[in-house]
Amino acid sequence: MQYMKEKKQLVVSAIKDGTVIDHIPAKLLFKVISILGLDHIQNQVTFGSNLESKKLGSKAIIKVSGIFFPKEDIDRIALVAPQAKINVIKDYSVVEKKTVEVPDTIEGIVKCVNPVCITNNEDVRTKFEVIDKDPVKLKCHYCEKITNQNNMVIISSS
Amino acid sequence: MHGKSLVSISDYSKEDYLKILDLASEFELQPKQNLLQGYVVATLFFEPSTRTRLSFESAVNQLGGRIIGFSGADSTSITKGETLRDTIKTVSNYCDLIVMRHPLEGSARFASEVASVPVINAGDGANQHPTQTLLDMYSIRKTQKSLDDLNIFLVGDLKYGRTVHSLLMAMSRFKSTFNFISPPELKMPEEYKIYLDSIGLKYYEHTDFTEIISRADIVYMTRVQKERFSDPIEYERVKNTYILRNDMLANTKETMKILHPLPRVNEITEDVDHNTKAYYFTQTRNGVFTRQAIITSILGIK
Repeated sequence: MQYMKEKKQLVVSAIKDGTVIDHIPAKLLFKVISILGLDHIQNQVTFGSNLESKKLGSKAIIKVSGIFFPKEDIDRIALVAPQAKINVIKDYSVVEKKTVEVPDTIEGIVKCVNPVCITNNEDVRTKFEVIDKDPVKLKCHYCEKITNQNNMVIISSS
Repeated sequence: MHGKSLVSISDYSKEDYLKILDLASEFELQPKQNLLQGYVVATLFFEPSTRTRLSFESAVNQLGGRIIGFSGADSTSITKGETLRDTIKTVSNYCDLIVMRHPLEGSARFASEVASVPVINAGDGANQHPTQTLLDMYSIRKTQKSLDDLNIFLVGDLKYGRTVHSLLMAMSRFKSTFNFISPPELKMPEEYKIYLDSIGLKYYEHTDFTEIISRADIVYMTRVQKERFSDPIEYERVKNTYILRNDMLANTKETMKILHPLPRVNEITEDVDHNTKAYYFTQTRNGVFTRQAIITSILGIK
């Protein structure tokens, strides 16, 4: 219902089935698109940026048809835009609303900041323990070095 | 500990440390026993090391075990492009235990995950070197009869020194006081100080130790390397402050001991070597007993 009411004001058209990522800080829009690999999928993707938002001042929204993001992708969003809200749409209605949350462990989606870490030199899936969630601080399971929000590189979804 | 790899000093509990130290004292009394007969230990040293490798091999040999392995990756399949994963999986089939040194950080943890036998980390880059920490603790307990209520001086490069960080973390399970002596550029990182604060252990920071050395029970020296300084003039200015000379030991405690992970360059002058307070060479001897304790407990023999 909420979704239908909002629809009137939206500049980005509604989707039938898929996922809406809302409340993305406007400046992070293209980063979110890139980490989710939305720049090279065949599905219909619509987005809007610099939309008015009471909370964020200026927000962005992405709508992806026919895709329901797995946990890994939700974790990717949480690391980049923890304020984002995920709405799962089926037959034009919101069937599920999710807030994203940084999990306690992060696997395979972040690069370790340490150039001499084994994960940057051999084919080893990265793994981190989350030691702080805001701002995010990750401790590498292998080299034990800290990767933080400022030097975090996300491995894009393929 | 039986069957478990030793990668990081935090893999062991306080009880584990004490068990290893007790076992090491037993081996000191009787280092030659036939406990490892029929066992094969692989020492994989992807980068050269004299002390650590020979210490491990001596530990195994004195217990009747056999060694296979290499030192330096030049003569191995790594030059043909073999991955660490494949090397470790293969070597797992040849031995009961792997001792590994590798220049990449985190390589030992990774090896412990792909190996079908336990792995002992003998140094993974600048990350961890847990057997060094255990032999340091053994040396401290042996000379001071306790790991509590000591005044421990850590001197030199406290910013990058992997041995001082591991020793500090392990000793923080006991109740000692720490004095950090370093040039401002090489101070103990904040995270360690925050940790000590959180568990209520006392520490003090200094840039010089000539005046306070009389209070020390343990002086743990490390090398101040020129490459660590952004300003070479600053290095020239401070370099002599972190050199221990024999005349500085005059008013120190009778029981005080000087430790150093070695190799030494010039941070302890040679006139200190003859002082009874110099302990760094005995410390390397303790390394053999400590490694015998670690190996036999991991193999479930002790």
